[in-house]
Order: sequence, then structure tokens, then C-alpha cells
Amino acid sequence: MVQIALVSCGTEYSGIQKEIEKAALKFGAEIILPEIDLDYINEAYEKFGFSAQSSSLKLMIARAMSIVEGKCKPDAVFIATCFRCAEGALVRNEVRRFIQNNTRIPVVTYSFTERTKADELFIRMEALATTVTRRSILAREKQEGLTLGLDSGSTTTKAVLMENNKVIGTGWTSTKDIIASAQTAAAEAFEGTGYKWDDVEGIGTTGYGRFTMGQEFGAELIQEELSVNAKGAVYLADCQKGEATVLDIGGMDNKVITVNNGIPDNFTMGGICAGASGRFLDMTSRRLDVDITELGPLAVQGDWRKAMLNSYCIVFGIQDLVTTLAAGGSKADVAAAACHSVSEQVYEQQLQEIDIREPLIQVGGTSLISGLVEAVSETLGGIEVIVPEYSQHIGAVGAALLVSGMGNRH
Amino acid sequence: MVKVAIYPPNSLILADLIERKGHTPLALQKQIRQKIKDPEIDSPPMNITEEDPINGLKYAAIEVPSGVRGRMSIIGPLIDAAEAAIIVDGAPFGFGCVGCARTNELSIFCLRKKDIPVLEVVYPDDEDGTRLMVNQIMDFLDSLPGGGGDLEGDSDVLGEPIANKGGK
Repeated sequence: MVQIALVSCGTEYSGIQKEIEKAALKFGAEIILPEIDLDYINEAYEKFGFSAQSSSLKLMIARAMSIVEGKCKPDAVFIATCFRCAEGALVRNEVRRFIQNNTRIPVVTYSFTERTKADELFIRMEALATTVTRRSILAREKQEGLTLGLDSGSTTTKAVLMENNKVIGTGWTSTKDIIASAQTAAAEAFEGTGYKWDDVEGIGTTGYGRFTMGQEFGAELIQEELSVNAKGAVYLADCQKGEATVLDIGGMDNKVITVNNGIPDNFTMGGICAGASGRFLDMTSRRLDVDITELGPLAVQGDWRKAMLNSYCIVFGIQDLVTTLAAGGSKADVAAAACHSVSEQVYEQQLQEIDIREPLIQVGGTSLISGLVEAVSETLGGIEVIVPEYSQHIGAVGAALLVSGMGNRH
Repeated sequence: MVKVAIYPPNSLILADLIERKGHTPLALQKQIRQKIKDPEIDSPPMNITEEDPINGLKYAAIEVPSGVRGRMSIIGPLIDAAEAAIIVDGAPFGFGCVGCARTNELSIFCLRKKDIPVLEVVYPDDEDGTRLMVNQIMDFLDSLPGGGGDLEGDSDVLGEPIANKGGK
């Protein structure tokens, strides 16, 4: 059983300890608490050098130290502190860095509230467990045979048909009924290739609807999108060796994943605010009465500083943009301000949690919005952002790649 | 006899001293034990559920982290019930702690602003200081209504007969 060390403060008093354990158990992992004695807490705390006032944070530091010093040998580490606790956030990040700089153990961090439920933690625990148990699959660099990848996202469903390391068909439809949408996307992917469902050697599913699709189509691989998207991104961007960061600003949540030799070693996932998601840009394009595909080029022409945007909120932010338009502001400036707002918020809420490693590979449907890609680059100090071909189909490509070699339909 | 709140609220030593003097210690363990014994709830390790941090809103606003509110949902009623309080500042882990500096700040403030007798002592770092602290606590407990229980022949936390101590 995969052992995940819990390095946390406040989980028991927030009533979410059981939820964490439940989430781990679902993916064949168990939560362990690194055992340490009282003397070691002070010793480790002194050695670490962070003057935390809360004793549970001192305990967190000592538990992290015991992992780094090999006194406790977990397969993965889950670091969590209370949402809105400044001291907790500081220690959480420093402890994460400390473990990552000194071990190769995969780490995931989370800030929770009393509302945190196991369902929200599933994807993180699944990705942690996958990184440990499916390392060999994640190491796959080449797609072989004929495989189909299906990605049922919150907004759109994507399908990709791959044959001998090439994408030969793609499909894309908005997500309604999960199975029907997957069939529509798959039909589009098969179109013109001469292949049909029966010819496929393996099916991989990912995204919110992965279990439903996987069961319906008898998929050989049902995998969460953190591992799959990371793999798909480095594969398409030809960055399978070395380090990279994958950014996926989705319709409902955002993922930032750091990758080393194709294997994710840290990630953060957020979904608290619609203002930091693709949905904000979707609403902006409707307000501007332009197609979403035109929003990016429009934003590139504009200057975000010229549009008033005082709120990150999807309701009040859009209202601000409308006010700017009413005052005679240009559509281009408004489009640029919307892209800048999403990028800035993703940076503030998520990118800061991760040590960005270049190159940054931006994927997902929103990576096609050039204004957003530019805004992300600007927010990160002008770093190069790679948007690979088929970036909007990233999950489906990753699933088709990873399932390669697993299929035994023929 | 009065109900005496203690800080740290899970200090066994403080609770014991208070009991010896015939008062009622308001200790965290009792509250937690009640929660754990509740067969209706299955949320280990302490049976704190989502409802508890919400109940903690009585003591701290929604912007305060859930861990603080969860703790306050248990400590807060003890503070409400307190008729006197003993606060030991700077105590190490082993003496008792709730793990969160913000909870400590809020709890101690709530105790201070209550119109009740409060004794504040700093955790000692040597044996003499320890004796002094214990004597201060004993004198404080004696000064409370119904205090001054006869502990002749009983021994203090350091194993010395209380009657022999210089402070008495």
C-alpha cells in the first residue's frame, strides 16, 4: 500500500482528518503520521530555522525533517494547513521546498477549510498514488499502435486518435451527457481516418467524467488529469527530458504541474474562483460580442492598463469591464484587461505555490487565447511560454499516449 | 468552590492542582472525551466535524482559519463557564498545548477581558521557579471562594509535602 505522510496543522480541529484518510484510501494509499519524540521536535525546529509561534507548525517542521533525514520513509507527502492562516501558509511553502530540495518524494500541498471534503482531495491523492505506483507508465515517451484518448472536462469533451506516435484525428464538443459527448467527440476524431471503435487497441480516459467513460467503453486506463496532462504536455512540447512546468487554465479549475523527466513531482490545483478560470474569458467574449477565438488576438492589440478592473470576481469584474466600454473604452483594452486579470489571479493563487521551472508549457483550451498566453508570460517576468500543437486536446493526447502498450483488444 | 479555566486548556498538571484545592478545572480533555464517546459521530481522531468550526463562529469571524474556530468551539464554552482562570505563558509541548498561536492569543484575551480573577504566570525554567509558580497557583486557588482545601499531608507536583513549602 502506498504510504502518504501527512504533514499538517489544523486538520483534526477542522474536522477534515477523516476526509483526507478517505481520499487516500480510495486510491489504495494510507495516511501515516511521521512518529517523532518531543526532544526531536525542538532539535528539528532549531535546525530548520523558521521561528513559528504555533506548536503544531513546529511539529510540521519536525515531521518534514524526519522525512528528509530518512527517519520516516513515506512514498509521498501531503502538506496541508488552514486556509487564511498566514503563518501556516509560510510554513507550508517552506516545508514543501525543504522536502523537494532534499528528496525525490512527490509532494502535494493544500490549504483547507472545514468544508473540504474527500471528493475535492481525490484528484490530488490519485495523482500522488499514481506518481508512486505507475512510474513505469508515466515514463512512456512514445505512442505505439492505434489508441484513443478521451478527456471529459467540465466544459468540453475532447477525443484524440493516435497511431504510431502521431495524432491522426481529433474531436471536440461541449460537455453535456458524458457518454453522448464522448461518442460525439470520438466520432469526430475517427472521421476521415478510416478507423472505427473496433479497430482501437487501447482506450484511455481522463477528466471529470473519466470513471463513467472508462466503465462504459471498457477503458484500459482511467487516469486523473494531473498526471495525464503533464505527460501530454511534455510529449507534445518535446520536453520529455529535464524539467518543465505545465499550466492548464481550465473552464472550472486550474492546474500547475512541475515535471521532471516526464514525471510530475509537484502540482497545485485550484478551483475556488471562477474569475481565475477560462469561464471569465468566455463571459468576457460574450459581453464583447466576439467569438472566444477572437478574444486572444483582440487582447494582444489592447492595453490592460487602460481598462478599469477593480475586482477579480466574475460578476463584479465583468461589470467593471462593461463600465469601461460604456465610458468609451476600446474592446481591445477590455479583452487585454480580462486576460491580465485571469493571469494575475492564477499567479497570486497558484503559481506562487510552485517553483516555476522553465520552459512553461501552457495547455488546455485557454492556451489558444493568445492574449492570455502573453499575459501569463508578462506576469511571470517575460518568460517564454510554449503552446504546443494540439494543446487544447492535451488530456486526450496524454491518455492516448499513456494507454499505448496497455491495450489488448486485439 | 469555583470553576477555574486553565491555559493551556489541556494541562493535566494545572487541572490536578485545581482539583486538589477543591475547585473544578475546566479542562479540554473532558470536552474531547465527551465528543469521542458520542457514538453518533465518526470523525477521528477527536470527532470534530464540519459543524464545530461553524460553531466557533461565536468566538471568531469567518475570516479566521477553520483550525482556530474548531479549537474555539471547544475552548470557548470553557471560557464562558469560567469563574476564575490560571494562565501559564510560554509553556512547552509537554505541559499542554493546543498547537495554534492564534488560538492561544484569542483564548487568553477572552479570559483577560472577563471580569473574573485571573492569575498569569510565566512557565519556569528551573526548580526554584517551578516551586514559586506552584506556590503562586496554590495561593491564588486559596483566595478563591471555597478555596483553601486542606491538603495537609498531600504532596505537590514535585513530590514535596505542600505544607513544607515556603510560600504557605
